[in-house]
Amino acid sequence: MSRALSLLAALGRSVMAFLAAVGRVTIFAAQAISHIFRPPFYPKELGQALLSVGYFSLPVVGLTAFFTGGALALQIYSGGARFNAEAVVPRIVAVGMVRELGPVLVGLMIAARVTSSIAAEIATMKVTEQIDALVTLSTHPMKYLTAPRVLAGLIAVPVLVGIGDVIGVMGGYMVSTGRLDFNPATYLQNTVDFIEAQDVASSLVKGAVFGFLAALMGCFYGMHSGRGAQGVGRATKASVVAAAVLILAANYLLTELFFSA
Amino acid sequence: MIGLRDIHKAFGPKKVLQGIDLTVPKGESMVIIGGSGTGKSVLLKCILGLVVPDGGTITLDGQDTAQAERDAFLARFGMLFQGGALFDSLPVWQNVAFRLLRGSLRKPAAEAREIAISKLRRVGLKAETADLYPAELSGGMQKRVGLARAIAAEPEIIFFDEPTTGLDPIMAGVINDLIREIVVEMGATAMTITHDMSSVRAIADRVAMLHDGTIRWTGPVSGMSESGDPYLDQFIHGRAEGPIEAVR
Repeated sequence: MSRALSLLAALGRSVMAFLAAVGRVTIFAAQAISHIFRPPFYPKELGQALLSVGYFSLPVVGLTAFFTGGALALQIYSGGARFNAEAVVPRIVAVGMVRELGPVLVGLMIAARVTSSIAAEIATMKVTEQIDALVTLSTHPMKYLTAPRVLAGLIAVPVLVGIGDVIGVMGGYMVSTGRLDFNPATYLQNTVDFIEAQDVASSLVKGAVFGFLAALMGCFYGMHSGRGAQGVGRATKASVVAAAVLILAANYLLTELFFSA
Repeated sequence: MIGLRDIHKAFGPKKVLQGIDLTVPKGESMVIIGGSGTGKSVLLKCILGLVVPDGGTITLDGQDTAQAERDAFLARFGMLFQGGALFDSLPVWQNVAFRLLRGSLRKPAAEAREIAISKLRRVGLKAETADLYPAELSGGMQKRVGLARAIAAEPEIIFFDEPTTGLDPIMAGVINDLIREIVVEMGATAMTITHDMSSVRAIADRVAMLHDGTIRWTGPVSGMSESGDPYLDQFIHGRAEGPIEAVR
């Protein structure tokens, strides 16, 4: 009986800890959003964050999308051949990249590259008292560190997703026309004909949400880092895991929202 | 004048401050001494609002700091952090002129840079240092840059958190002398926390000893040797034997 009660108590503590964490993240997100709209603004920090999140992520996003588009074309061709449906390759590559793989892969690459970098940078600033120094210099850390990075995630990641979608489709096109003997003009025509405005809109909205989540998790775990090198390491690891899981969960919810009948 | 009345602060079960009463008159250099982990840094952070005390009142010129307008309050302070706390991503001159490049004290970049270079010269650094990044500086140079940043906006009150920790004795002496000169020259109120007795003798007008979460002794620096307080006596002479328990 007492063992059952202690198990129940442990379960209760876990649930309470989870709910408390959700509450802390929600409050942090609300503060981050409110600081985006309230002065003072730091355009130089926003510019640097846009470069870091957007421009410097282009190579990794481009390569990921290109190889995924190519592999997708090979897989669909191979699978479609089982029931003589090879012709669907351009359509499925297009819809698969734009609706799902483009936003999700870009989101996960941003979580790996940007979330970890933000969390490590802010956590290091915290353990070396740079955050305290900001406060004593009359600068709000949420405004100076969090708001520009979160806004950069919101702006830059949809653009990266758009570019990733195009490069992914082109990866499928190059493999299909180079390796699988598809007619280039027909392939492109099929792609353009099959993509709808809603596909593109969902892709960009997913990009904005994923960018927000990735930057937010980096800032949240950085700001709440423990002491020393171990604290920075834990914050970085936790931020990437949380961002990746939230991106995948948000992807499901957004897909339900856009495409459920 | 800074006034602390019955300040309490605990972190979980650990009671760090247990009723601090202390007054720092305007223009005075107060040094707070005490062993590691006795809450000296927490006390400074409570005054600045970086840590919220569990109880008690902190006043600045008679006004409760909890009610003060935050930016105006912080604009009166400068702080030299233990590790320098320089911003890695900014060159030295932008670190020094940080406050002058944004907010209510904002100045044109060229003017802010000139002020930064003059403050760097004041702490004994050449103008060429201005364009270096903190990672390119030695520990002593980082302390000097931190000092230049603390005085850049000419604050009324300056806090120094372990200003000589990690420095060799000669560099520590240089930093101590600089602090003393700058505080006298600016007429600033200074609060320094340290356990380096050479710093205490070089910087302090008055000394307060923090032990077991309370102010154990306070008085003029010249009165430390004849205080008759066994705790202070043990501390200033660095004895292992005495009322302060030393972990071996």
